[in-house]
Amino acid sequence: MTNEAIKEYITQHAPDATYDETGEWLNIVVESNQLKPLAAVLHGQPMQMDFLFCLTCVDYTTHLTMVYHFTATKDRSMNIVIKTNLDRANPIIETLCDIWRTAEFHEREVFEMFGVTFLHHPDLRNLILEEETAIAVDKTKGYWPLRKDFEDPINMIKL
Amino acid sequence: MYNQTEIIKDTTDLGPDGELVINMGPQHPATHGVLHLVVTLNGETIKKIEPHLGYIHRSIEKMCERLSYRQFIYVTSRMDYLSSHINNTACALLIEKGMQIEVPERAKVVRTILNELTRIASHELWIGAMAMDLGAFTPFFYAFREREMITDIMEDTCGARLTMNYIVPGGLMYDIHPNFQTKVKAFVKQFKEKVTEYEDLVTGNIIFQSRTKGVGVLTAEDAISYGCSGPVARASGVSCDMRKIAPYDAYDRVEFDEVIETAGDSFARYIVRVKEMNQSIRIIEQLIDNIPEGEFVGKTKNVLKLNKGEFYQRVETARGEFGVFIVSEGGTTPYRIKFRSPGFSNLSVLNHIAKGSKIGDLMATMGTLDLVIPDIDR
Repeated sequence: MTNEAIKEYITQHAPDATYDETGEWLNIVVESNQLKPLAAVLHGQPMQMDFLFCLTCVDYTTHLTMVYHFTATKDRSMNIVIKTNLDRANPIIETLCDIWRTAEFHEREVFEMFGVTFLHHPDLRNLILEEETAIAVDKTKGYWPLRKDFEDPINMIKL
Repeated sequence: MYNQTEIIKDTTDLGPDGELVINMGPQHPATHGVLHLVVTLNGETIKKIEPHLGYIHRSIEKMCERLSYRQFIYVTSRMDYLSSHINNTACALLIEKGMQIEVPERAKVVRTILNELTRIASHELWIGAMAMDLGAFTPFFYAFREREMITDIMEDTCGARLTMNYIVPGGLMYDIHPNFQTKVKAFVKQFKEKVTEYEDLVTGNIIFQSRTKGVGVLTAEDAISYGCSGPVARASGVSCDMRKIAPYDAYDRVEFDEVIETAGDSFARYIVRVKEMNQSIRIIEQLIDNIPEGEFVGKTKNVLKLNKGEFYQRVETARGEFGVFIVSEGGTTPYRIKFRSPGFSNLSVLNHIAKGSKIGDLMATMGTLDLVIPDIDR
């Protein structure tokens, strides 16, 4: 499928989606509540985007952006990037675990590093960081190391 | 990471179904690193495996946000330490793509040869360690005999045996050693003679076969769903070789086969790696006599600045698809960097494929996933 065909197909299912083709791959920005329905559409026929190879989050200090990289194992030249912006104070999004099971670990990582809550995730808790650390600090400020305003209470090095 | 109080669980209380929770690792000889698996057992049968990571988490992604585009490459050698050349290549390629730096042909060819040597070295170490996990000690020495030759070549080329940091944006840090070609050819000759030796020792071994055949079976659908890549996915019949899908450096001009097996068990993963080493040798043979003369590094500015935007580069390491994702705001340091490590996704499938098998089989299943812990923890 060409980028034009993909855009046309996605517009049928998510009319509000915006597109960005300046990068290497087609970027699609959707509202956070549209992500799950769109993901199901991508995974099904005819796109068959069955390989989620990268799931991460970016902190833009005003908001968080979830970034999903998809490809299809049938046609590996087809790559798309889905992005969705989240409220930084209360980031909540639906999990993609039930469609791509690789999302389980990646979402746990994003949860502990950025504080994004994934709804209906089967096992949402820290994967890499210690649980105790999160308890020891001020819960209202959060302990999310990959956010830009993070300050380590013990070993902070400022440049 | 795991809560301390939960590690010291009272084992006299076996729960309603006679469940027993044991901690495998963080210091377990078969994990080859500090991987902590909390295994729930019913008798000898595995009911659940929970990996607990983070024992060597160095927060490399956060660290890289403070490092310049020349500096951050050196950190990536410390992630997957068995394929540091390939990690360095991924980062260099991304910067070259982002800044449109022209790479000389000589550098491209040398990079490809070094990447393939790294792949062989990594698989050699894996074969030795894997056979050792299953109780065969001798293959370890056989495999290390050849691996030693590669590390010697690496030492001649860049002075390091493990964390090379030889590949820089634009090409190579300095030219190859005058003996490079002679030594690589000597290695290729010896490898071809000796590879049958430890293959005979392991592949045809009936004990090894009975311990790996039909153990830890991964179907193609699950391999895709769990995001598996590299030999793990290829043993299940999923075509996922980045060298074929998106050729980089000199891979577009060499002939090699993508090794695919369909059984999906531990033995198939073993076979894929052995065959892959032979394909790597094939690539090296095609390139070693054709290293073009000329510059080894392209013209770059002293201070690298990536344009504003997002960049992604994928390469095939010995373990699978390694991805670097950089968000740049136009400065001299990355705004956000994410390393998609193959081991992280390959580990997530462990619970799925080991569930229901005996705990003795866990060694074979885990061993053939080829987990490198610094790569997973980052």
